[in-house]
Amino acid sequence: MADLITEPNLPDPDGFYDRLIRAHHGLDDAASRRMNARLVLLLANHIGDPEAIGQALAIARGEPGEASTRTP
Amino acid sequence: MSAAARPRFAYVPPPELGDAAIRRVPVAIVGAGPVGLTAAAEFASLGRETVLLDEDDTVSVGSRAICWSKRTLEVFDRIGVADRIAGKGVVWNRGRLFHGDREVYAFDLLPEPGHRRPAFVNLQQYHVEDFLIDRVAELGRTDIRWRSRVTAVEQLADGAARLTVETPDGVYRLDADCVLAADGVRSAVRRAMQLDFKGRVFEDRFLIADVTMKAGFPSERWFWFDPPFHSGRSVLLHRQADDVFRIDFQLPAAADPDEERKPENVLPRLRQMLGPEVDFALEWVSVYSFTCRRMKKFRHGPVFFVGDSAHVVSPFGARGGNGGIQDVDNLCWKLDLVLSGAAPDGLLDSYDDERIPAADENILNSTRSTDFMTPKSAVSEDFRAAALELAARLPFARQLVNSGRLSLPHVYRATPLSTRDAEAWDGGPEPGAAAIDAPVRDNAGLAWLLERTGGRFTLLWFADEAPAVPTFANLEALRPRVDLVTVVRRGAPDAAAVVDPDGTAFRRWSAVDGTAYLLRPDQHVAARWRWPSIDDVTKALQRASGSAVAEGGLRSAGG
Repeated sequence: MADLITEPNLPDPDGFYDRLIRAHHGLDDAASRRMNARLVLLLANHIGDPEAIGQALAIARGEPGEASTRTP
Repeated sequence: MSAAARPRFAYVPPPELGDAAIRRVPVAIVGAGPVGLTAAAEFASLGRETVLLDEDDTVSVGSRAICWSKRTLEVFDRIGVADRIAGKGVVWNRGRLFHGDREVYAFDLLPEPGHRRPAFVNLQQYHVEDFLIDRVAELGRTDIRWRSRVTAVEQLADGAARLTVETPDGVYRLDADCVLAADGVRSAVRRAMQLDFKGRVFEDRFLIADVTMKAGFPSERWFWFDPPFHSGRSVLLHRQADDVFRIDFQLPAAADPDEERKPENVLPRLRQMLGPEVDFALEWVSVYSFTCRRMKKFRHGPVFFVGDSAHVVSPFGARGGNGGIQDVDNLCWKLDLVLSGAAPDGLLDSYDDERIPAADENILNSTRSTDFMTPKSAVSEDFRAAALELAARLPFARQLVNSGRLSLPHVYRATPLSTRDAEAWDGGPEPGAAAIDAPVRDNAGLAWLLERTGGRFTLLWFADEAPAVPTFANLEALRPRVDLVTVVRRGAPDAAAVVDPDGTAFRRWSAVDGTAYLLRPDQHVAARWRWPSIDDVTKALQRASGSAVAEGGLRSAGG
């Protein structure tokens, strides 16, 4: 079980961002949302570690450490 | 600077008018902006005379290029104008980034001490031009001709260029062995030669304004994404000299540039940003579109395109003016060697080999910044908002936020002039990289390492003790072409040796006893060794001068 890496870890951040935006070129909003969903599932499987994925979910959902209290 | 306050330089009718014979000069420079003037000053510093033609008779209107990078200041040091520019300008190292009504993060561009020059100095282009014009006059070898417009360029059978120059008193012709076209984005030389200038023009427009005010903004670069005073768009604020601030507002793609630059439309935008209490005056305003374009090649026979005539980038990276200065810094020493017969013409082709990748790096960075600032779809807006939200808390996301990637000197990695490393290196400037400054002691007191280099080839030799190492004497044979500078850890400085009092120079150059770097006249690394032989240095010097080098042995470089 490992902590989520939130320090810089991408070798070429601008290059990554460029690829990410380009990958959406030509898609309408619905297709872009589906692509993002598939991307999250792929990357989550690559990470594997439930602890890291849990932390990522919490941060993405709201403030770090607050996610568990925000469950409806 | 208001139009009335700009200096006017005297036009003098050129002696060639009405002369049947056509004069021939070694170097003609077209355009007396920062790039053309720097070229003139570099040539003058190298002892070479030039003719500098400019269609106007004054400095630029409005601030235009304002952020002069550390590398540019180091070039300005070499031509003796950096103290004046840094003295008048505003030094800044810190950038701050805002999203909505809150600060996301701040960054420090030059976090370590021990450099002569800061990351950036802000100074309006018209001041820089004014100081360069003074310096060029002081240096004496430049024949500046104001109100001289180049209208045609013709290549002669012997390889030289023939310029047609229009003046208030008529037209004359001037032949030049080489021409530097430093005449800007709408280059008359480029158009006269009917050369391409391709790339991407963005729909987005920016309004830029020079505003005089006594305001409490510190000497920092402030960038806003989606601020309350300019909802949904970006704004950049820079402080310049004389209490002049430069403010850039992103406009909607549909904005009408002629309407937007009217004071009755600009002033309310500024009032909304600055608040009701700030007393300000609008000095200059302009509207521009983002464009990223370059020529396919910068060298066309005897004509060399430098600065905006060759390549143009969107702002927000300080890559226009600084890129142009690095162009001429790359070119002038090569032309000087070739014109004096010390190097073959082929050396000049390396200008394209080296500066085209540099222009592409600038265009790539500038395009990415523009894309980040002007999201083109809902999903790219979402990603940008996510990056900005996460950046306030998490360091990784700060790397994704792009408000401009600020100019750093290009590393000439694929150049034929470099000798590839034969040993393993852990740090230090690699072949093709610019030299790194450090504080040293010379026989006059405290000094900077970079002061001892440049203008000529320099062999920088690191040694533990002051007495010259044994092979040093053999290098005497290179003296006519190479300056020898020894950096010693201990001992007393003398004419040839500087002392590295606290080990900073050794550390930054990853040096040990016997390490040597061959630096080009533009202070970029040509080769480096842990303990070179005279043969190593001679071959590297040949290669860096554009001569073919006989291959053989493991230490010779590949392509």
